[in-house]
Amino acid sequence: MTTAERKIPAPAVNPEVKPYFDAAAGGKLLVKFCTACGQYHHYPRAICPHCFSERTEWREAKGTGTVYTCSVLKRGVPVPYCIAYVTLEEGVSMLTNIVDCDPEAVHIGQKVKVVFKPTDGGPPVPMFTPA
Amino acid sequence: MSIKRKACLVGAYEHPTRKAEDKSVAQLHAEVAKGALEDAGLARQDVDGYFCAGDAPGLGPLSMVDYLGLRVRHMDSTETGGSSYLIHVAHAAQAIALGKCNVALVTLAGRPRSEGSSGTQPRSWGANLPDAPFEAPYGLVVANSYAMVAKRHMHEFGTTSEQLAWVKVAASHHAQHNPHALLREVVTVKEVVDSPMIADPLHRLDCCVVTDGGGAVIVARPEIARSLKRPVVNLLGAGESPKGQAGGQLTLTTSGAAWSGKAAFEEAGVKPGDIRYASIYDSFTITVLVQIEDLGFCAKGEGGKFVADGNLIAGSGRLPFNTDGGGLCNNHPANRGGMTKVIEAVRQLRGEAHPGVQVKDCGLALAQGTGGQLGTRHGSATLIMERA
Repeated sequence: MTTAERKIPAPAVNPEVKPYFDAAAGGKLLVKFCTACGQYHHYPRAICPHCFSERTEWREAKGTGTVYTCSVLKRGVPVPYCIAYVTLEEGVSMLTNIVDCDPEAVHIGQKVKVVFKPTDGGPPVPMFTPA
Repeated sequence: MSIKRKACLVGAYEHPTRKAEDKSVAQLHAEVAKGALEDAGLARQDVDGYFCAGDAPGLGPLSMVDYLGLRVRHMDSTETGGSSYLIHVAHAAQAIALGKCNVALVTLAGRPRSEGSSGTQPRSWGANLPDAPFEAPYGLVVANSYAMVAKRHMHEFGTTSEQLAWVKVAASHHAQHNPHALLREVVTVKEVVDSPMIADPLHRLDCCVVTDGGGAVIVARPEIARSLKRPVVNLLGAGESPKGQAGGQLTLTTSGAAWSGKAAFEEAGVKPGDIRYASIYDSFTITVLVQIEDLGFCAKGEGGKFVADGNLIAGSGRLPFNTDGGGLCNNHPANRGGMTKVIEAVRQLRGEAHPGVQVKDCGLALAQGTGGQLGTRHGSATLIMERA
């Protein structure tokens, strides 16, 4: 299976998260970091969900991580696909798809790396593939 | 201040329909309201508080109070998905304790079966949902959200598909006695694990039904409850808790029931071992298993062993659950299972459940709801009730 067979809905980009998707268009994965409490968070917010400080900034993630959990949806869709939470090296987990591989072979604990996939009329979004 | 014995569940009604192509959603709300009032022995003009959630058409209570012709002095439209109605019962008790109303009506209704709703299709909550840009592109639907919880639970604790299947098997044993249940056939563990895979590791028979219909309950001041001709059901304790992704620090195998349950047990002054019957939200088999652990019926990670071998079946198991057949077999109206959880707990406490599933001397019951999605963010709500 390749993602080309599946239409990926465009993300509804809003001003708060526009830099994330602008970076994705340039092939970079950003994560929000709070300089007040020293913690990363995802999905990104202007105000840190951990300590409520406004001192959050975008940092480029290493782009590697580990599958926290996953599932292949097989019914009601034209092409089965693997949805997953990936825990980034930075310590936060993000919802994503594992692509460019046999979805049935994806498993918890698997090492993965980021790839960017085009969406239907929007910016590309980060997905992951076996490292 | 506590709500303990400050309010009673005096009316409960579950709509018998499972497909309502020829009715409107508002009409279904009215039919269940009428049914609950008749069950209680109250009249519409006795109602002075009204509660509804996101299934109600239009602008919540504003639309429905007008449609139903109510005159109320208190209203609440707390929306926590399928668990809303348990929270409504708790909030109604609070309002009654504070003197804000005497008789509160809570309604739920919807037509997802007629409207072609499915757990494998995305649901839109609008572009302003902050998490939407980070979920919609990835094909997050109800089924794969819960499936990811199941997969992680299996990984951490060794839970098996067969253990999950026992939840469905128990529900089907109960549904055979319910003439209104959508699925009345008793199924086996093998039939569950052999049913088509929807979102691995969840099979078709791990998923709840999609049904039209609804239900209503009425919460009233104890003096009013005692004046009616029905068995008195006291509310003893309640808890509510949202749980989400915590900024990316995931703990998917624990639900908000860990907090809402603790609060409810503390307020009620009882322990999990005291509970004679439990309505446990069953959108999927995994939902039941996680909540049973978090409510303290067994240790975290032991849910698989706990639910196996028929331990949830009334008459033989140690924790009879969802004796109406639950969302897995009976009814999941409006894709929201909380109302029917309260209704079956009331039936059990009144001794009005089907004789084939009635728990003997059922004096203490729990109802547990989980709305939203276990795999992303959800609202947990717990009620503990006693027969007076």
